Amino acid sequence: MNELPQQLANGLALGALYGLIAIGYTMVYGIVQLINFAHGEIFMIGGFGALTTYLALPSGTSLMVVIPLMIVGGAIASVAVATAAERFAYRPLRGAPRLAPLITAIGLSIVLQQLVWGFYPEAKKPRSFPEFQGESFKILDNLYLQRADAFILVLAPLCMLALGLFVAKSRSGRAMQATAQDPDTAKLMGINTDRIIVMAFAIGAAFAAVASVAYGLDKGQINFEMGFILGLKAFTAAVLGGIGNIYGAMVGGVVLGLAEALSIAYIEEIPGMQQLGGGAWANVWAFVLLIVVLLVRPQGLLGERVADRA
Amino acid sequence: MRHRSLIILTTVLTTGALTLTACGSRDDNSKGNSDSDSKTTVVIGVDAPLTGSLSALGQGIKNSVDLAAKTANKNNEVPGIEFKIEALDDQAVPASGQANATKLVGNKEVLGAVGPLNSGVAQSMQGVFEKAGLTQVSPANTNPALSQGDNWGKGDSKRVFKTYFRTCATDVVQGKFAAQYLYNDAKKKKVYVVDDKQTYGAGLAAIFSTEFKRLGGKVVGTDHVTVKETDFSSTADKVKSSGADSVYYGGQYPEGGLLSDQIKKTGAKIPTMGGDGIYDPAFISASGEANDGDFATSVGYPVEALPTAKQFIADYNAGGYKDPFAAYGGYSYDAGWAIIQAVKAVVAENDGKLPEDARAKVTEAMAKVSFDGVTGKVSFDEFGDTTNKQLTVYEVQKGAWKDVKSATFED
Repeated sequence: MNELPQQLANGLALGALYGLIAIGYTMVYGIVQLINFAHGEIFMIGGFGALTTYLALPSGTSLMVVIPLMIVGGAIASVAVATAAERFAYRPLRGAPRLAPLITAIGLSIVLQQLVWGFYPEAKKPRSFPEFQGESFKILDNLYLQRADAFILVLAPLCMLALGLFVAKSRSGRAMQATAQDPDTAKLMGINTDRIIVMAFAIGAAFAAVASVAYGLDKGQINFEMGFILGLKAFTAAVLGGIGNIYGAMVGGVVLGLAEALSIAYIEEIPGMQQLGGGAWANVWAFVLLIVVLLVRPQGLLGERVADRA
Repeated sequence: MRHRSLIILTTVLTTGALTLTACGSRDDNSKGNSDSDSKTTVVIGVDAPLTGSLSALGQGIKNSVDLAAKTANKNNEVPGIEFKIEALDDQAVPASGQANATKLVGNKEVLGAVGPLNSGVAQSMQGVFEKAGLTQVSPANTNPALSQGDNWGKGDSKRVFKTYFRTCATDVVQGKFAAQYLYNDAKKKKVYVVDDKQTYGAGLAAIFSTEFKRLGGKVVGTDHVTVKETDFSSTADKVKSSGADSVYYGGQYPEGGLLSDQIKKTGAKIPTMGGDGIYDPAFISASGEANDGDFATSVGYPVEALPTAKQFIADYNAGGYKDPFAAYGGYSYDAGWAIIQAVKAVVAENDGKLPEDARAKVTEAMAKVSFDGVTGKVSFDEFGDTTNKQLTVYEVQKGAWKDVKSATFED
C-alpha cells in the first residue's frame, strides 16, 4: 500500500500546528527583534485555559459549541500571560543589550512551567483533553484524515487569512508594519509603539491558544511540559520560513512538518540508510534541512520581503 | 521608571521562586526534629524524579521510603537509631542524579540510598556510591546491565558494583515474560517493536524481540520515538501498513500512551504492550479511553493482592501523603526496609551502636538481608538483584488496569 498520501497528510497537519505557534515568534521578532523563548509556555497556558473552560461548561454540551468557547477561554489565558510578560519582564529591558531579554525569556519559560506544575490541579501528570468522537474521514483508499487533523487544516489557513488581511488593511496592521520597519520614526509619526508591541504579543498568544486547542483535540491530553519541544520546533519553523515574515512562519512550519513525516517514513527505505531512518532521526533530518536552507538562503525561505514583515 | 519596573520584576520573580521553594520543602520541615538526645540519626537518602513528567512515580517512591523510616521509628525497629530521609530530585536526568549521589555521599549520616527510578540515571550514580562504599537500593531500575555488567547477554554476567542492589526484577525476566504472554496467551505472531532510545526502553525492547523471535514470532518492523515528543502519527501509519497484529513499546507512559492512542486512530485495532514503564493510570487517562486491550507487564504480584501489602496500603493511606504510592511504592518501601534491616544487623553485631565503618558494614549486611516485604520475599542474589521473580500481566479493561496473569517467571 502506498503510504505517501497518508504521510503527507500527517506532515501537513503537524506543520500547520508548528506554523500557528511560529506566528508568535515571528510577530514579536519582527517588531522588537526579541526571540521570545517563553512562547512555548504561552502555548501551554492556552491549552490549560481551554481545559479550564471545558471543565467549567456543563458536561454533554455539543463540541461545536464547546470548541469556540475553549478557544476563547484559552486565548484569554494566553493573551493575559503574554501581555503581562511583555509589561513586566520585557518592557523594562527594552533598551538593554539583546542578551538580557533573551535570558529573561528562558527564565520566564521555566517559571511559567513550574507555576502550572505546582498550582494547576493534577497537572503533574498529563491531563486528558476532550477529543472528537467518531471515525476518521476516508478520502482515498490509502488516505484517512482524522477529525482533529481536518480541524487544524481548515482552521490554520483561515487564521492566516485573517491575520494577513489585518496586517495589510487595518489601521493597526499598518501601524504594526511601520513599527517593524522603524520604531523611532513610527513613534514620531504618532504611532503608539508600546501599544503595537503589546498587540504583537497578544496576537501571537491568541494563535498559540488556537494551536493548543487543536493540539489537545488531536492528542487527547495536554501537559505542563508540552510547550518546550513544540516551541523549539515552531521557532525552527519561523527561522526556516524567514523570521519576521508571517507567511514565512506558516510555510516554514509546513516544510518542517513534511520533512519530519517523510523522513520517518522513507529515509530507512533508501538502501544503506536503514540505520538513519525512523522516528529516531526525524529531528536530525529536519535540522539538516534547516541548515541547508540557511546556507542557500540565510534569510529563510520567504525572508527577503523585509518591507512586509510585521 | 525603568528602575521601578525592574524592582517589580525582581519582586515578582523572587516571590515566585520563594513560593515554589516553599512548596517543595514543606514536607521536609514537618518531619523529624523529634530525634531525642540519646538516639543516633541514620539518614536514608532518596533519589527520584520529584518534578517533571515522571514525578508521579517519584513522589510515590519518596513517600514510601518516608513511611518505612517512620514505621521503623515508631516500632523502635533498631533501638538507639532514629531514621530520617533526605529526598533529592533528579528530574530523570543522569547529571542531576550524579550530583545528588555526590551530595548524599558527603553527608556522613547517610548509610544507604533508595533510588533512582530510571536505569539511565542509575548508571551515572553507581560509580559515586561504589567509591564511597554507600549502599544503593533501587526500587525500579530494571536494566540487567546495571548489576550484571554489559556482557550479561553473552552469558558472561559479572557483578559491576558491589554497592548496587534492587528490589524489582530485571528486564531479562520482564521482557521474556512479556514475549511469552503475547505469543502463547494472546496468540499474537507479528509484532512491531518501538522504543524510546533510553537505557530502559531500548534494553527491554531488545530482550523482548529476541525472545519473541525465539518462540517463533515475527518482528515485522522497528522504530524509535524521542522522549517528550508527542506526535507519532508517522510512526503509527508505518505500524498500520506493516500489517502487524500487535505492538511492543519499550519506554515510559507519557510517550507510550500517545503512541498507543495514535496507532488506534489510524484504524489499526491492535493492542500495544509494554513494560512497567507504561503501567500507570496516566497511560490510560492520557490517551482518552481508546486503549482498551493494551497490555503491560509489571514486576511482582499486584500490590493490592498480596496479604503483606494490606498493612502497607493502610499505613500509607493513614500517613496523609498527597500523592498515591504509584507503581513502585511497595518496592520503595521494601528497599527502605532492606536498608533498615541491614542497619539493624550491623548495630546488633556491634553491641547496639553504630560502628566506625558503618557504610561498609551495611553493604556487607545487605547480602544477608531476608524478610517478608510488601512485595513478597525480599533478599538479594550474588549480583544484588532481587530473588523475587514474580511478574504480572495487566490489561486495560474499561479504562483501568486489570491483572490478567500473575506467575513466577521460569526461563
